[in-house]
Amino acid sequence: MEPTERSAEDRYKSGVMPYAQMGYWQPDYEPVDTDVIALFRITPQVGVDPVEAAAAVAGESSTATWTVVWTDRLTACESYRAKAYRVQPVPNRGDQWFAWIAYDLDLFEGGSIANLTASIIGNVFGFKPLKALRLEDMRIPVAYLKTFNGPPTGIVVERERLDKFGRPLLGATVKPKLGLSGRNYGRVVYEALRGGLDFTKDDENINSQSFMHWRDRFLYCMEAVNRAEAATGEVKGTYLNVTAGTMEEMYERAEFAKELGSVVIMIDLVIGYSAIQSLSNWSRRNDMILHLHRAGHGSYTRQRDHGISFRVIAKWMRMAGVDHIHAGTVVGKLEGDPLTIAGIYDTLREEVTPQRLEHGVFFEQPWASLNKVMPVASGGIHAGQMHQLLHYLGEDVVLQFGGGTIGHPDGIAAGATANRVALESMVMARNEGRDYYNEGPDILRDAAKTCGPLGRALETWGDVTFDYTSTDTPDFVATPTVS
Amino acid sequence: MRLTQGAFSYLPDLTDEQIEAQVNYCIDHGWAVNIEYTDDPHPRNTYWEMWGMPSFDLASARPVLDALQACRESFTNHYIRISASDSEKGWESLRLSFIAQRPAVEPGFQVVRSNGPGRQINYTTRSYATDQPPEQRYRDV
Repeated sequence: MEPTERSAEDRYKSGVMPYAQMGYWQPDYEPVDTDVIALFRITPQVGVDPVEAAAAVAGESSTATWTVVWTDRLTACESYRAKAYRVQPVPNRGDQWFAWIAYDLDLFEGGSIANLTASIIGNVFGFKPLKALRLEDMRIPVAYLKTFNGPPTGIVVERERLDKFGRPLLGATVKPKLGLSGRNYGRVVYEALRGGLDFTKDDENINSQSFMHWRDRFLYCMEAVNRAEAATGEVKGTYLNVTAGTMEEMYERAEFAKELGSVVIMIDLVIGYSAIQSLSNWSRRNDMILHLHRAGHGSYTRQRDHGISFRVIAKWMRMAGVDHIHAGTVVGKLEGDPLTIAGIYDTLREEVTPQRLEHGVFFEQPWASLNKVMPVASGGIHAGQMHQLLHYLGEDVVLQFGGGTIGHPDGIAAGATANRVALESMVMARNEGRDYYNEGPDILRDAAKTCGPLGRALETWGDVTFDYTSTDTPDFVATPTVS
Repeated sequence: MRLTQGAFSYLPDLTDEQIEAQVNYCIDHGWAVNIEYTDDPHPRNTYWEMWGMPSFDLASARPVLDALQACRESFTNHYIRISASDSEKGWESLRLSFIAQRPAVEPGFQVVRSNGPGRQINYTTRSYATDQPPEQRYRDV
C-alpha cells in the first residue's frame, strides 16, 4: 500500500481513515541514529492488509487514536508519529509479518523503562485487527541509553569485589522453595557455601511467610555466609530476596541486608520496572550486587506469535540496571534453544551486540559503556553437563545447581564440591587447549578419581537430560556464504 | 583448612607443567602475567605483594616460570598466586587468578561475633596467621 499525498483539509476531515494513510506507513523513511526502532511480529486478522496492520501498530504505539482528531494540528505531529517503514513476511509462516517501526527520541522520557514500555507495549497488544503481536527486538539509540545508569556493579567489578576470576561462578537455590524455618534454611546455605559454591539464592517466592520471617532468614543466612568465608578463605554471598508488597518494605529489607554485610540482594521481575530502577539506584549507592529473578516472564516471552521476546526484556533490564539476570541454560529443564540463548547472552554481556538473525538478534546494539550483566543459568542442570555448560554459556555466567547440589547422595557440601571440581577441571582443560566439549565426559571421570563426591554425582545424574523441542526459536538460519 | 581462592584450588596443587599451560593460555590472549605473594590470605586482602613488575608482551612462559621459582625460593612458606591482566576496553581487569604455592600448614580463619540489638551480629573474619608478626606467621613443618 502506497502512502497517499493528501491536502491538510482532506487529511484532518472528521471520521476514520486507514492508519497507513494517516502518516504511520512511510516506506521511504530512513531511520536516524537517534530513533528507537522496534521490530514486531504481526499476525493480522484474516483480510487485514499487513501494511495497514503495521501502520496501526505504529499509530497505536505512538500518537494515534481510532479516529482523526483536529488537535493533531496543534502539534509537530509528523515528528511524533511512529513510522512503520518496512514490512516483510516471516520465513515459513504464511500469516505472519515482521514490521520495522521507528520512533522519534523525543517520544520518550529519559531514564524511564516505564515510559518507554508504556508506548511500545502500552495499548497495542490488545488491538482487535491483530490476531497476535510479538515484540521481537529493539534498537535503543546511544542517546537514549546515556539517560540510564545501567547495572550498578557489572561483571568486571563484581569479579573484582568477589576476587573470583577466570571461571564461571557457582550458585544454588535453597530447596525446598517453601517451608524451611530460618534455622534450617541457613543450614543449607552454610553447607553449600563451605562445600565450594560462591553463592546461594533465595527462591523467587521466598519473601516473608508464616514459616520464615524475612529478618530471621537474613540473620541465619549471614551467619552461614560468614562461617563459610572463614572455612574457605573466599568471599561468599547469598542473594537475599528483598521482594515485598511495597517499596518502603523493600527498602527496609535492603537496608537490613546491607547492615548485615551482605554483598548481594535480590529482587523479582514481578515487582515492576520502576521498582527495579529504584532498587538499582539504591544498590549503586550502597555497593550492592543486584540479582534479578525473572519470575513471571514465561507467561509472555515463551510463545513465538504473541508477547515479548526475552531478548527485549534482557535489553530493558540492562538499561534498568541489574547485575544478574536468569537467562537460560540450554541444557536444563526450562525453555532454551541454544541459538536464542546465545542472542540473549550477547545482549547482556557484549560491548556491542552484533546483529545475528540466526540468534534472533535483528539489530546491532552498541551499549554505550553500560556495564555488562552477568547471566544466570538455573534449572535442572548438574555436574555431568559441565562441558556443555561451559561451551554454550562461556565464562561470565553464574551456574546454579539447586537440586544438583542439595540432592547429592552424600550431602549438600559434597554436592557443592562435586560441582566446583567439575567446573575447575573443565576450565583447566579448556585453558590447556583440550577439546573439552567432546572430551568432557572423560575429563569429568578423570577429575572424579581424586574427588569421590564428583564420582557419586556422575553416578546419580550422569544420564539426566531434558531433551524437548523449544518453542522460542529463531526464524532465520545461517547459510554458508559463497566466497 | 585449605584456602580455596583462585580458579583451581579444588583440584590437586598444580604441577609446574600445568602452571606453564595456564601461563601460555594467558600469553595467547595477550594478557600481562603477575606473580604475587602474601602471608595474609584474608579473603578481602586484595593487595598481595608484587614479585617484580607484571610481565607484558611475553613470547614464552619461561620468564614467568623462572620468576615463580625465584619467588618460591625467597618465600618458601607463603601463598603465591599467578594472575593475568587484560587491557582490553571494557575489561581492564584480571581475567584469571590461581594459587601456585601454599604454606605447608594453613591455619585458617576465625569468625569473631559481636552481638548487636535485635539479634543482629556483626562479623569479623580474622586470620590466625596474622596473630604473629610477619616473619613468624608460617613455620616449616
